[in-house]
Amino acid sequence: MRIGIPREPGGETRVAATPKTVAQLIKLGYEVAVEAGAGAKSSYPDADYEAAGATIVDRASAWTGPIVAKINAPTDDELALLPDGATLISLIAPARSPELVEKLGRRNLTVLAMDAVPRISRAQALDVLSSMANIAGYRAVVEAANEFGSFFTGQVTAAGKVPPAKVLVAGAGVAGLAAIGTAKSLGAIVRATDARPEVAEQVQSMGGEFLAVEVEQQVSTDGYAKETSDDFNRAAAALYAAQAKDVDIIITTALIPGRPAPRLITEEMVASMRPGSVIVDMAASNGGNVAGSKPDELVVTANGVKIIGYTDLAGRLPTQASQLYGTNVVNLFKLLTPEKDGELVLDLDDVVLRGMTVVRGGEALWPPPPVQVSAAPAAVAAAPVEDPEAKAAREATEAAARGKRRLVASVIAAALVILAVTFSPASFVGAFTVFALAVVVGFYVVSGVSHSLHTPLMAQTNAISGIILVGALLQLGSTNIAVLVMSFIAATIAAINIFGGFLVSYRMLSMFKKEA
Amino acid sequence: MLLGFIQGLYIVAGVLFILSLAGLSKQTTARMGNLAGMVGMALALIATIIHSVNMSATEPDRLSPVVTLLLIAAVLAIGAVIGTPIARKVEMTQMPELIAAFHSFVGMAAVLVGFNSFAVAEGHGDAVHMVEVALGVLIGAYTFTGSVVAYLKLSAKMKSRPLTLPGRNLLNIGAFLLFFALMIWFVIAGEQNATLGWVLIIAIAVIGFALGFHMVAAIGGGDMPVVVSMLNSYSGWAAAAAGFMLNNNLLIITGSLVGSSGAILSYIMCRAMNRSFISVILGGFGSDGGKVSSGEEEQGEHREIDAAGAAELLWNAKSVIITPGYGMAVAKAQYPVADLTAKLRAHGIDVRFGVHPVAGRLPGHMNVLLAEAHVPYDIVLEMDEINDDFPGTDVVLVIGANDTVNPAALDDPNSPIAGMPVLEVWKADNVIVFKRSMATGYAGVQNPLFFKENTQMLFGDAKQRVDDILKALG
Repeated sequence: MRIGIPREPGGETRVAATPKTVAQLIKLGYEVAVEAGAGAKSSYPDADYEAAGATIVDRASAWTGPIVAKINAPTDDELALLPDGATLISLIAPARSPELVEKLGRRNLTVLAMDAVPRISRAQALDVLSSMANIAGYRAVVEAANEFGSFFTGQVTAAGKVPPAKVLVAGAGVAGLAAIGTAKSLGAIVRATDARPEVAEQVQSMGGEFLAVEVEQQVSTDGYAKETSDDFNRAAAALYAAQAKDVDIIITTALIPGRPAPRLITEEMVASMRPGSVIVDMAASNGGNVAGSKPDELVVTANGVKIIGYTDLAGRLPTQASQLYGTNVVNLFKLLTPEKDGELVLDLDDVVLRGMTVVRGGEALWPPPPVQVSAAPAAVAAAPVEDPEAKAAREATEAAARGKRRLVASVIAAALVILAVTFSPASFVGAFTVFALAVVVGFYVVSGVSHSLHTPLMAQTNAISGIILVGALLQLGSTNIAVLVMSFIAATIAAINIFGGFLVSYRMLSMFKKEA
Repeated sequence: MLLGFIQGLYIVAGVLFILSLAGLSKQTTARMGNLAGMVGMALALIATIIHSVNMSATEPDRLSPVVTLLLIAAVLAIGAVIGTPIARKVEMTQMPELIAAFHSFVGMAAVLVGFNSFAVAEGHGDAVHMVEVALGVLIGAYTFTGSVVAYLKLSAKMKSRPLTLPGRNLLNIGAFLLFFALMIWFVIAGEQNATLGWVLIIAIAVIGFALGFHMVAAIGGGDMPVVVSMLNSYSGWAAAAAGFMLNNNLLIITGSLVGSSGAILSYIMCRAMNRSFISVILGGFGSDGGKVSSGEEEQGEHREIDAAGAAELLWNAKSVIITPGYGMAVAKAQYPVADLTAKLRAHGIDVRFGVHPVAGRLPGHMNVLLAEAHVPYDIVLEMDEINDDFPGTDVVLVIGANDTVNPAALDDPNSPIAGMPVLEVWKADNVIVFKRSMATGYAGVQNPLFFKENTQMLFGDAKQRVDDILKALG
């Protein structure tokens, strides 16, 4: 089947396939037709697409399908070009655009929304929200740095000391984590907040400091943040107010799927920030996390704070964004083409494909049944938490009981030894004394052994236990032929043991070398 | 005077053996320790040869001194001719088998010495001596078959799955009770009636053989480090028992040194697995994969990576930790791993190794393999030393390890390995797991590590894959 890759209208810089992903699509058995100039804004010239095996076609031909893959939701003009029975793959935002879904459902089309991938591990490879959020998070920091009048990193120079910039990232999803990592690598002090306490570890792994909102919170079960309780909102507001006075850069990434973005930064907080501070509101298109942010605009407040509301952050890295989007599309086609024969098979029993399918053959399938995923271990709170004091008390009683048992066992052992020695002949007593002392010496000599030397030690003790050769040698002079034969065999195998054991231990030890 | 001289040599040898074991507990003194053991053994042998030849010269009923000396020379020559090439040629990966085989020699020698000691009572055929002979033969026989089974399991000549006979603990207890009964009979009647005595002592040996076979056969492959060090301990006790029979202090000292040191090693191993010594000895662990409740449920999807991707990840990392396991030994991947380590270190990447105490089939097995491949020992760290460093690490390579890096040991109280300390590799940014397939490890437990979001699987033979990464790095 043929996949059409049209040029995106308007200001969109990205394209749904790159020369690299075209080659991958062709490998899956598809033909690819790219509209002339589709990749120009992403720095992918037509010649490269041709070299990768695509045909360059005009606009109408790119839209004839039967499959069309693009970035943004189709405009009315574009829909008019799409023939009946075609399959469209693009961003749809079905939850936020019911009228578009309805319009699509009136046509005999199959529509897969790239931005409706269920959040399960298997589907990550085709999740454009993740891949675009990653780019956007990076770009948000770059935009902030561009507007910020100082270094991010602290320096001591001949011209004086420069303090490092302080960056607060609100929301530690994919975009937030990317922003944390980027800001950190520019040298800033990075702090982050999130309504989900379980992301603290991820924040720390990116080099950020996690500021916890000290309120009981439920653990997310579907991998996305949920709307928060009033108590939580009050505590969070206090935290943001305190941070706004302290930090130079705020990057907000808080989005709750299908709802307007929560207002995190109020006008008072913006007003309390130092002049020259920068705020990047990555949720500007959904209503904004920041008071006063405007979509696609840079707003400068009365006190000199710059609020960036760009909604095309990912598109500002068009080459990279196209490549990642294109790869997500390829991964989708891998799911859709189980036979790698270029024939598209839409298996609605697959939760990933079911979740993405908005319309099939004119039948509206939105919304899909919910998918419960194991993004977080749900049983964290269910584990019985023992009161520390009770635990300490229990451990103390257990230790006491153990001590008592040991004492009793030692007393019994000692009594047995005394009894045995009392009724033994003198020669045995001497031997037993040696035995008891040697056991204790062995215990102390070996208990501090370095882990790495266990094997050589074992070979050595093995060689030493070949000392039984001594016993066999003493019997070797016997005139009793049976004894002679047995002692000869015993002595021989013990001798093998001695020679072999010492040598192998020596060989191993000479391999252990310290770094020169 | 001569006997005094011999005793003096024995004492010096005994002290040298103690110094030898003490020296082997630290890297810096290990070679001295090895040497001390050799010198001690040489002194002990010289003393014994003098003693034996002297006995032949002075006592009746012995061969002439010249014949005795020739026999001794023959024994030592055969031992050297067989033992030396084995030690020279053995592959480090086969070290567990070799050590198990050597243990069996000591066990067999102890049995034969016991028989001899019964045949020639050497002037003190009293009840105590009879008990010593019975015990010595039992321990020796037990060590012999136990070690043979361990050798067969380790060299994959026998299935490493535990043999679980019905009522196996009762069988063992029954065998012990039978042994005690036979021993008492032997002590009372063995002295007067030589034929009955032989029947009884051979019966005791048979019980020992059966017990040794059954006990080690019942222990799963994953517990082999404990078994080998346990057998090491038994071989020491067997030598000590021989010392009691022959009234030879050197044998007693040396045997008990080895016995107690082996016991300590076994204890260290058990603690590393969070298992009690008793439960390991009783065996039956690591039987069948997947019957475990927590291992059953769907764990999610794993992601794969190819060698080129792994190479890129490694090349861009700042810090890398490699956690090897038995799979590395099986694939003999230690050499390419060492090359990879050298290459990455030359590129300025901090590469270290994290070794779990029970990785491999022998205590310290991984350290020996890495040392063989010239990995400096100061970048090979123990679990406790490295476990806190995983959170700051860019890439962890898990090569042929499974149960020792299983997060279920910490997270899942129902897991059979719950509570066992493990290498917390999943705290690193990226984990690459080298594995032949998605099969479970020896404990038969599914490993949630493979399904973590920061884990990627690199399937195939570990050696082949590491070579591929080296090629990709150019």
